[in-house]
Formats: sequence, structure tokens, C-alpha cells
Amino acid sequence: MFKITQVVRTLIAKSVLVLSLGLFSMGVFAQTADNVLVVGQIAEPKSLDPATVTAVNDFRILMNLYDGLVRYKDGTLEVEPALANSWTISEDGKTYTFELRSDVAFHDGTMVDAEAVKFNFDRMLDENHPYHDTGPFPLSFFFSAIENVEAVDADTVQFTLNAPYAPFLSNLAYPTGLIASPAAIQESGKDFGRNPVGTGAFKFESWKANESVIVTRNDNYWDGTAGTEAVVFRPITDGNTRVAEMLSGGIDMMVEVPPVSLSQFSGSDFSIVEQAGPHVWFLILNAKEGPFSNKLVRQAANYAINKKAIVEDVLEGTAAIAAGPTPPAFAWAYNDELEPYPYDPEKAKALLKEAGVSDAKLTFYVTQGGSGMLDPVAMGTAIQADLAAVGFDVEIQTYEWNTFLGEVNPGLEGKADMAEMAWMTNDPDTLPYLALRTDAWPDKGGFNSGYYSNPMVDELLEAARSSVDQAERARLYREMQEIVQDDAPWVFVANWKQNAVTSNRVKNFSLQPSFLLLLKDVSKQ
Amino acid sequence: MLRYIVRRLISMIPVFIGITAIVFLIMSLIPGDPATAILGSYATPENVANLNAKLGLDKPLVQRYLIWLGNLAQGDFGRSFSLNRPVLDEILERFNATLVLSGTAYLLCSFFGILAGLISAARQYEISDKLITFTVLIGISVPSFFLGMMLIVFFTVQLRWLPASGMFAIYGGGDFVDLLRHLIMPAFALSFVATGVIARLSRSTMLEVLRLEYIRTARAKGVKEFRVITRHAFRSAIVTILPVLGLQAGFVLSGSVYIEIVFQWPGIGRMLVDAILTRDILLVQGGVVFVAFCYVFFNLAVDVLQLWLDPRITRR
Repeated sequence: MFKITQVVRTLIAKSVLVLSLGLFSMGVFAQTADNVLVVGQIAEPKSLDPATVTAVNDFRILMNLYDGLVRYKDGTLEVEPALANSWTISEDGKTYTFELRSDVAFHDGTMVDAEAVKFNFDRMLDENHPYHDTGPFPLSFFFSAIENVEAVDADTVQFTLNAPYAPFLSNLAYPTGLIASPAAIQESGKDFGRNPVGTGAFKFESWKANESVIVTRNDNYWDGTAGTEAVVFRPITDGNTRVAEMLSGGIDMMVEVPPVSLSQFSGSDFSIVEQAGPHVWFLILNAKEGPFSNKLVRQAANYAINKKAIVEDVLEGTAAIAAGPTPPAFAWAYNDELEPYPYDPEKAKALLKEAGVSDAKLTFYVTQGGSGMLDPVAMGTAIQADLAAVGFDVEIQTYEWNTFLGEVNPGLEGKADMAEMAWMTNDPDTLPYLALRTDAWPDKGGFNSGYYSNPMVDELLEAARSSVDQAERARLYREMQEIVQDDAPWVFVANWKQNAVTSNRVKNFSLQPSFLLLLKDVSKQ
Repeated sequence: MLRYIVRRLISMIPVFIGITAIVFLIMSLIPGDPATAILGSYATPENVANLNAKLGLDKPLVQRYLIWLGNLAQGDFGRSFSLNRPVLDEILERFNATLVLSGTAYLLCSFFGILAGLISAARQYEISDKLITFTVLIGISVPSFFLGMMLIVFFTVQLRWLPASGMFAIYGGGDFVDLLRHLIMPAFALSFVATGVIARLSRSTMLEVLRLEYIRTARAKGVKEFRVITRHAFRSAIVTILPVLGLQAGFVLSGSVYIEIVFQWPGIGRMLVDAILTRDILLVQGGVVFVAFCYVFFNLAVDVLQLWLDPRITRR
């Protein structure tokens, strides 16, 4: 017999030996370096140009590279000074004047002045601006109320709005309002998003496609230097791989832990951080036609769905039950007297009987996943079962996210009776203004895909938007929530609690209700 | 030989144009558009129309195709909407990584596939044959991404021997050993299925050849069995195996999409999936065309190699 296997056997044995010596015996699994924080992100960033991006995933990096004129106060959604020391608002709510800090420099050494601020907003809003072609700027409508930006003197910048617009300050604190270095934009042009220059606690170091974005400490930061020398953002798209990296010490922190994996981090080696945010997960009901054109049927759907089971069993406690259209994270505008619709199938059946509806057939749009959608397929199936229990015959149609938005945003008329949806916003104005007003029906360019209409709500929302008195705004929003909850244009389901896991080497970390990731004060031992 | 190559190269032109047309059509026909993907929840019909116009997507289909094809012919792949950088930069950066992973996996599956086929043919129905056939069956049946996840659970989470993801360590890495540590699991997972396919085919081809009369003659002449297998039988079998190796290159390349996602390998497969989800039309088209070009050229190389190995094939 020939000896081929003998030779092969020796060969394999030898190579395995060599490999094991060379690779495995490199000793202990490499831990992440001291004083460098490695963050497991959910995806590769699209760009690091704050004016051009829309994803929370990108915002997480941006907030550490840049500052805005204002920012959210730690742990709240209220606005406090950042690059602007102070500001005044005119009586009519149309002129905002900001006094800038005079001693702040961008990472490239140029100074932050009124002209730099003007440059940033003109680039986004003025189609004739020489650097408008560095866009597109998909969220520029956040600032569509701006008529004119004027550099009064080096440290004073004045915004003139075309109408009073109360969410303006809050929008300035949003990542779209972050201030970038004009000199760097002029130098890099369209490639600025890959060579970002801001004023933040960290400055950009490198970006390797699909591997890492590295930022290093800005030793001249105006608000105290950061607790770590550098932060590495690693995109790890697959949730299971992200969990494996966290368990094995390859990363120090991960965001958006899959609910089913949370229990793996219960030991003392890790800590789990949770924070409710301005998120609401709901079902849009088609109020224009079909069974849901009747308010009683819409209320019946709210009673029929077991939100507690969805939040605790499907989402493993990573969300709370939603009571109305405004999430509790907007503490100042939230109506805490509202109680969520209780789970009461009998009441639902009674309402359906009163409405004279039986064996209603419903078409239900479900998405496979998308921004803020949590676990949409499992949630959709649970909802289908709950509705079936009170006598609805629900047919689910599932779409990939992009296609789903293309179906839902133009309106449900003639296609479906209900659809899943979720929003994360920065101001209590945004969601109801864009999705509950009569003037926000899809044919008028809004997101009111279920055609809800109540003149009272329209009036309250317009009034709240143009008032500059926060207490007055709060009163109007609370009243709006009460009416909307009773009208039930949506089934209010859940408010997501964002989570993160850190290794026990990471200190001083907390999540923000804005869903933004602030890493300046985090340290690592 | 040269004439053959030139003729093959000319016949590729319609193939390439066909590829571009198909890729372009598919991307135009699937629902959703880049503006909706970029705007997310904020995609009102009005915002979508504005942004699509800015991206130049409001032009008629044929016009867009011809513009793209013309630019492509000049080596201009366009600019990615979602990454805001030239498509070609991104592709080249990513393709290196894919080449390292798929290349390694391809060498592994070719070598071990043929070796396993040879051994089990030479030892038909013996223990080693049964062992190999059994392993091969598992290889063909286990999805590569599942195998990848199991490897991570065992070697990263349990044993802590190997890193779960990426191509290099973020700090202090970058040398060859570091690359090898990151490469070993994804390359193994990626090559496992293809190894099975190649092993099966090699075994059956070898068995056929071993039954031929010239093999019997060689044995009768007293040629040593090792020499019979490696010189006489294998040289004849390789001509049948080679085209399958060419096809497997396509299999390994497409399989790398899953593996790149599981192991977060910074390759072109991962890029394509992201690009499809964000409807980044130019990036998808550029990426697919680039990969298709590589595949077509690789198969040409395999055919030429086969021609050179097997003088029986007439040079048409």
C-alpha cells in the first residue's frame, strides 16, 4: 500500500503544532489597550459631516467630535449653552441672537466666530452657496424656518426666522446643528465627511472602511479634557458577533444589545445601562376608510392589544408601555395623568359590538426591521393574535424597511388598515406636528399616513409651535395628548429604553435621553 | 493559444455589457430608492422627490444607463450616495480584504478538497474513505454562517483563543501573525462547504480514472501505487476537476458575503449588502460589475490553464 496518508498525517500534525504555537499560545486573549475606549457600533458610519447624516449610529460619533451652539443638559432634553455663551429671543419669537465663546478653536486651529456659524447654516440652506454642493443635506428642513443668518460682529450671530418656531433651540442642539470648520470644508469639499474637523472633546484621527473610526483626545477642549486618550468606534453589524466580542473582551462597550442577549451580561464583569428616550412605537390606523374610520373601533384595538406582554415578553423589558403620542422622556411636556389603555379584551368586544362591527378583515403592514422599530415581526405577530382574539381577521404583509417606508409614507388609503411605525425625535413638537395634523396628510407633504384629523389638535399644535413660553407650550401639549389618546388615531404600544453594556473597566458612563452618546467624561481603568 | 485568448477576450465584451444591463435593471426595478433610505422616517413624498432630483435620479431610465455606461468605460464608477466618496476608492479598499479572505479559503478548499478526494478514492470503502465521506457530507450540509457562529462561540467566547471579528487588531496589530489570527476562523468557515463539493467530485473522477485500462497496465508493469495515483491517474483527473474549481471560485466569492457579515470582515460582500439596503445604486452596480469582471477573468485563466494541461482539447 502507498504511504500517502503517512506523509499527510505527519504534515498535518506538524502544521497544526506550528499553528498552535504561533497563534494560540500568544497567551492571554488580547485585552483592549489601557485608556483607550473601544465601542461596538451597529454599523459603519455613512459620513462624519454632521449636516449630511440622518442615522443615530453616525450621531454617536459626531457628538464627540463637534459642538453646537447649544446642547442638551446632561440627563435631560433641555437646552443649555455650548459654543454660544448666551442668547436672547425677541418678543415676537422670530429673532434669536447668540453670543459666542470667544476662545474656542476648531481642531485645525481656526477660530469659531460668527462668520463660521453663518457659513455652516448657509451651506445647508442656500442653494447658491459655493459649498452647497457638498450635500445633499437631508435634514436641512430642521432649519427651514431660518430666513437669514447674520454675523453681527465676531462673537455675535443673529438668526431671523420667517415665523415663530419654538423647537428651534432644540433643533440647534440636534446633531444637524453641529458646527464644522469652514476652512476644512473649503479644503476637503465633498470629502469633508471623511476628514471631519470640529471643536469637540475628541478630534478625528483615522477611518478605515468597515474596521474602525478612531478619535483622540482634544487637549485644548474648552469644557475640560476627556477621560480617555482615544475612542475607537468599531462597526460590528451582526448582533451576535457584537455580543461575542463583548463577552470575550474585544470591545469595552456596546450599544443596542439584543434583548435576548441581555441576560448574558448579568455577571459582575459587566454593567448594563438603560435610559428611556424620546421614542414611541405605534400602529398607524387608517381613519379614512374601513373599520378604523370609527373611533370606537380604534379604541377597541387599543384595548385589545396586550402591551404588557409585548414589552415584557417580546422585548424582554427593554421598553415601557406607551400611554399616548408623546414619550415621557419629554418630561416638561408630558402629561403624566394619562394612563395607558388597559389590556381589556372584553371591553374591546363590547366596543366593537356597539360600533356594529363584526368579523372585520384588516390588512396590516409589518416591516422586517428599521430605525427604532425594535422587533417588528415578533411584535406584529403578537398584535395579530391579540386582535384575532376579539374578532378581527388580520392579514400581515411584510416589507423590507426601505420598501415599507415607500408604501406607508404616501398614505395607507386603498392599501392597508394599519401599519407599524416608530419615531425618535428631539422635541415634543416634531412627531405630532408632522404626523397628526390635518395639514400633515401625505398629499400635503406630511407623515399623517392614517388621515387623522381633529381641528382642536391642529389648533393646539400650531399654538404650541409659535409660543416661546415653555410653560405655555407644556400646557398645550398636555391638552393635545389627552385629546389624541381619546381619539386613538394610533395604537400606542411602547417607549423604547435604549441600552448599553460596558465592561467593569469602564467608569462614569451614562446614556442620554436624547439617544446621543457622550463619551467625554468616561474613563477606563 | 494566443489567438484563443484574444478571441475569448473579444467574446467577453457582450458579456460585460450584458452584466451592466442586468445589474442596472435590477437596481432600477426593486422598490424603494436612495432618497427614502437616506431620509428614513423623514421621507415625505416631497422630500423624496427633491432629494432624488438632487441625486440625478429623475432622468429617464435609458439616459441614466447610458450616462453610467459611458462613465464606466472611462473608468469613472461615480460617487456613492451613502458613503459620500468615489465608488472605485471604496471598492478597491474593500476588494483587498475580500481577496485575502476568499483567496485563502479558495486555496484551502482546492488543496484539501482534492487531497481528500484522492485519499478516499485510493482507499475506497476503507475507514479513511468513510471518515472523509462522512465529513464531506457534513461540510456540504452545514450553512457556512452557522459554522462561523459556532466557531466564534467555541474559540472566542469559550476558549478565548481567537478574535471574533475584524481583519487586524485595532492597536498593536497589523503584522502577518495578527492577520492570520483574524483570518483562520472565517477562512475555515468559508472553505468548508466548497471543500466538500471539490472532495466529492475529485473522488468520483478519480474512481472513474482508476478503473481505466492504462491504470491497470501501469500497475501490471509494477509502477508503485503512489506513482500510479499521483502521476498517472491524477494528471488525467485534474482536467475534469479544474473547471469545477473555476466555478467554485464564484461560490467562494458569493459565500464570503455571509462570512464577512458574521466575522465583520471589511470586504466587498459586506459593502454590497449595506449598499443594497441603502439603495446606493452606483455602489451596488459598481461593486457587482467589478466582482463579475474578476470572476469572468478568473474563469478565462482557468480555461487557459486547462488548455495547457490537456492537449486533447482542440483549440477552436
